Amino acid sequence: MEIPYTVEPRPDTGVFNAKLGVWLFLASEVMLFGALFSSYVLLRTGAASWPHGREFLNVPLATLNTVILIASSVTMVMSWASLKLNDFKKYRMYMGLTFLAGVGFLIVKAFEYGHKFEIGLFPKSNTFLAIYFTLTGLHGLHVIGGMVVNGYFWGPGAKMWKTEPERFTNRIEVAGLYWHFVDLVWIFLFPTLYLL
Amino acid sequence: MSTSDAESIRKQTRAYVTVFVTLMVLTILTVAVSYFHMPVALAILVALVIASFKGSMVAAVFMHLSHERKLIYWVLLLTVVFFVFLMAIPSISQWDQRLVR
Repeated sequence: MEIPYTVEPRPDTGVFNAKLGVWLFLASEVMLFGALFSSYVLLRTGAASWPHGREFLNVPLATLNTVILIASSVTMVMSWASLKLNDFKKYRMYMGLTFLAGVGFLIVKAFEYGHKFEIGLFPKSNTFLAIYFTLTGLHGLHVIGGMVVNGYFWGPGAKMWKTEPERFTNRIEVAGLYWHFVDLVWIFLFPTLYLL
Repeated sequence: MSTSDAESIRKQTRAYVTVFVTLMVLTILTVAVSYFHMPVALAILVALVIASFKGSMVAAVFMHLSHERKLIYWVLLLTVVFFVFLMAIPSISQWDQRLVR
């Protein structure tokens, strides 16, 4: 059976099905992270005292990760634009860079986590670290999830370009929507956890 | 693909680079203002305003929300309503505590 509306927009929604599907999924993701942000506000406003992020966290490393993630959003959208321009070679390059940026982000994060564990700082140590590890850990899992998808589309999934180029381009667009969302969450996590 | 389509995509890629540079500048600004020793409330406000501006640019340009279909906007409007409610819960709990006292 053929899957309907993978390329042409569905008449009643005006978009191809995967796009609406991913936006609905992202809506649920907003609620997931929103609930945790709300918990963070509740814990912080209810605490007698709250440390400045800098007391426990490494701001230069987190700034580097912010730069990496924003750059990866640009390479991701450029990979989609390359397909739109019929340039598969450039797509491969940009998608590869996006994947590598994900690897870079996780390596930096592993350094951060590793250092904290070395000096005996764990989620159980205090409320700040509990919410820090929960939020950044969940975000990190989202980065890994995105890398699995991006890696698939860089490698075996790219075969579709030869048979159904428009469908493949749409797949990259929706994978991009997810990746940009992961970037967007980090844009809020960075100042609220590290800089305030 | 027609020439006009290709031209429109090329135009968009220029916009992506502009947004990238702006996001980088705003990231540096976010870090810089955090060293100003502002009162906590003001620091939170400034950080959230910059983050919201950055987030809006990612959503509008990278996620193509500046020219999306109506249905997607409706989905997002509903999401925003529920998100605002979620963020209001901590304040509601504070009113509740005052009432108990």
